[in-house]
Amino acid sequence: MTDAATPTPVGPSPGASPIRRPVLSGPHLRRRYAAERRFRLYGLASIAVAGLMLLLLVGSIWQKGHSAFWQTYVEITVTFSEGVLNPDGGPVDHHELERADYLSLVRDALKEQFPEATGDRRLRRQLYGIVSTNADFALRRMVLDDPSLVGQRRPVWVKLSDDLDSLAKGHIRRDLPESDRRVSDIELGWYDVLDKAGRIESRFNVDLFTAGDSREPVEAGIYGALIGSILTMTITLLVSFPVGVMAAVYLEEFAPRNRLTDVIEVNINNLAAVPSIVFGLLGLAVFLNFFGLPRSAPLVGGLVLALMTLPTIIIASRSALKAVPPSIREAAFGLGASPLQVVTHHVLPLAMPGILTGTIIGMAQALGETAPLLMIGMVAFIVDIPQGFTDPATVLPVQIYLWADSPERAFVERTSAAILVLLGFLVLMNAVAVLLRKRFERRW
Amino acid sequence: MMSNTTQATAAAPAAAPIHSVDEPRGGDPRPATATAVKIKARDVNVYYGDKHALKHVDLDINENEVTALIGPSGCGKSTFLRCLNRMNDVIDSCRVVGDITLDEADIYDPSLDVVQLRARVGMVFQKPNPFPKSIYDNVAYGPRIHGLAHNKADIDDIVRQSLERAGLLKEVHDRLDQPGTGLSGGQQQRLCIARAIAVNPEVILMDEPCSALDPIATARIEELIDELRENFTIVIVTHSMQQAARVSQRTAFFHLGDLVEVGNTEQIFTNPKDSRTQGYITGRFG
Ligand SMILES: Nc1ncnc2c1ncn2[C@@H]1O[C@H](COP(=O)(O)OP(=O)(O)OP(=O)(O)O)[C@@H](O)[C@H]1O
Ligand SMILES: [Mg+2]
Repeated sequence: MTDAATPTPVGPSPGASPIRRPVLSGPHLRRRYAAERRFRLYGLASIAVAGLMLLLLVGSIWQKGHSAFWQTYVEITVTFSEGVLNPDGGPVDHHELERADYLSLVRDALKEQFPEATGDRRLRRQLYGIVSTNADFALRRMVLDDPSLVGQRRPVWVKLSDDLDSLAKGHIRRDLPESDRRVSDIELGWYDVLDKAGRIESRFNVDLFTAGDSREPVEAGIYGALIGSILTMTITLLVSFPVGVMAAVYLEEFAPRNRLTDVIEVNINNLAAVPSIVFGLLGLAVFLNFFGLPRSAPLVGGLVLALMTLPTIIIASRSALKAVPPSIREAAFGLGASPLQVVTHHVLPLAMPGILTGTIIGMAQALGETAPLLMIGMVAFIVDIPQGFTDPATVLPVQIYLWADSPERAFVERTSAAILVLLGFLVLMNAVAVLLRKRFERRW
Repeated sequence: MMSNTTQATAAAPAAAPIHSVDEPRGGDPRPATATAVKIKARDVNVYYGDKHALKHVDLDINENEVTALIGPSGCGKSTFLRCLNRMNDVIDSCRVVGDITLDEADIYDPSLDVVQLRARVGMVFQKPNPFPKSIYDNVAYGPRIHGLAHNKADIDDIVRQSLERAGLLKEVHDRLDQPGTGLSGGQQQRLCIARAIAVNPEVILMDEPCSALDPIATARIEELIDELRENFTIVIVTHSMQQAARVSQRTAFFHLGDLVEVGNTEQIFTNPKDSRTQGYITGRFG
């Protein structure tokens, strides 16, 4: 092109070699256009494949997990009898209410509903099993909130048992022989009676988002793990971001280039490739055994994950710093800015988008990490919602791992639901990072 | 632009240049007030790795004078200029040997504060390098970090005045908040000049400050250089013989890393001692 653009002063004098100009047609050009088109096609195809995979993944998880967001309730008519709640008469005592036998209230209500099932002991046991084993807790909470209920008769919605919940959600086929079904014919009959009477209802499963883990599948929620994840990630971010960025800035902008810094650089790159479980072992040895920090605590989990994330952040930050044009540094140095001013006023702001990208990649890895947390005891069964950084806690991926091991149908669907929540958390974190990056980029 | 002007310069170095409105300033009749030496370079050698880029340079820069550095491309003019405010420190492979003093103090003394030095010796780089910040912030940055102004109004004043002196204010006065990187090449060059003079350094090093400028803007910058000479010491690298003749009092000719000849501008252009200088200023090589 340049040849064609520059007028050649030499005329077609005899003896001079002929001037060659680029040919603007012919097979060479056609090949070039074809290659261009092919490349574009490959690009589109790979994006389409990636999109499809993502859709398949999320689609299948959603398909398995969306039913966990609903819970089937049954209405039973409970008599809050004085005899059970206040056996010795007199004024209602709060202490007594706390310890009363609410289970018998539930059972009485069920027996009242299906009097025909009261004779046989085995039948009775089946009948009691159609509601969640924790249904009595719901009654207890009601009475404690409103002691005036004592002596009254009220319709109460309680959770259906795990098996009947599955039946209501259509996970159990009625046409199978009774022996292959988790729900017996008699239970099916009861369910149909209740359903006809309009006493069965599907509601949004609020408990999934407000409860901690539980042995009882229908009571288990992910709130505890979610809080655990948030606490752990907070520690990870607070430790790894400043330390990582400082290390990168020092290595890139201040450290002399010598053998020592070379060794450090190689080691950081190696650390990024160390299997995460090794960091767990390190955490166990150092934080738990040496420093005596509490087990299963988000504090320790966050520190371990911070160690794991550090190399990622350092490497990404260093390359972002390297990408800042040297002319900017020269300009600032030339004006008499000190090295620290050059870094904080000019280099870091320009490198921030790249640093944030590296940080979010590291944090996303940390959020999904299970193995190192197993080593420091965050795999324990924890019912309580963690209140602070040193309370025992678990995190979302570990919760998923624990639930995925349980055979109950409700845990299977909760596993997928927890994965969805984890993905949502991830998307949220990414969105924050993108927003931050946009803000830095807008400063041109 | 250069190649067709060197001939004219060589023939009549003091003749009025094409676009100049006033008398030629080359052989300035103003008596140089007690030519005190501001910067003294003795046996300066610079190496980029193994490459010996500057060889045994001895040069004095006089106070309140304009010294022009001329020479063919790659001869080491920028390298020498960058030695004077230790900008070569930033380049890893670069090694400077020799003595350079500013006001009798060794600037390569390990105890010297480089930051202070660069505040005293300002620089306009060969390639325009505005910060990716607003035009205003570009100029205000120096005064801010050196605490030259204490309130917004002071800084406003400095910014406007500096832009005005660099001949840029008229073009940008209504968009001071726009990015400096969005200006044209020549505007960026003037922005960098404004940024350098905003901190009032004692010495200003200018590396081809007019390479991307039209004749009018060039004339404005040359006027500025002449104004600045009252209170500042200026070293300017230029490829325009005419410009060197117009603005400088002393001229140094570099060739392949050697300082070939240095002297009064008038003498260099009318009566060069070295045949290489003669050849270069008459356009026979370079
Ligand atoms: N950063 C560097 N690394 C290695 N060599 C360099 C570097 N900078 C300059 N040089 C070499 O040093 C020599 C002098 O370069 P310098 O930039 O001083 O030339 P100059 O006289 O300013 O040229 P020009 O007029 O083209 O700007 C050149 O040969 C160049 O290749
Ligand atoms: Mg140069």
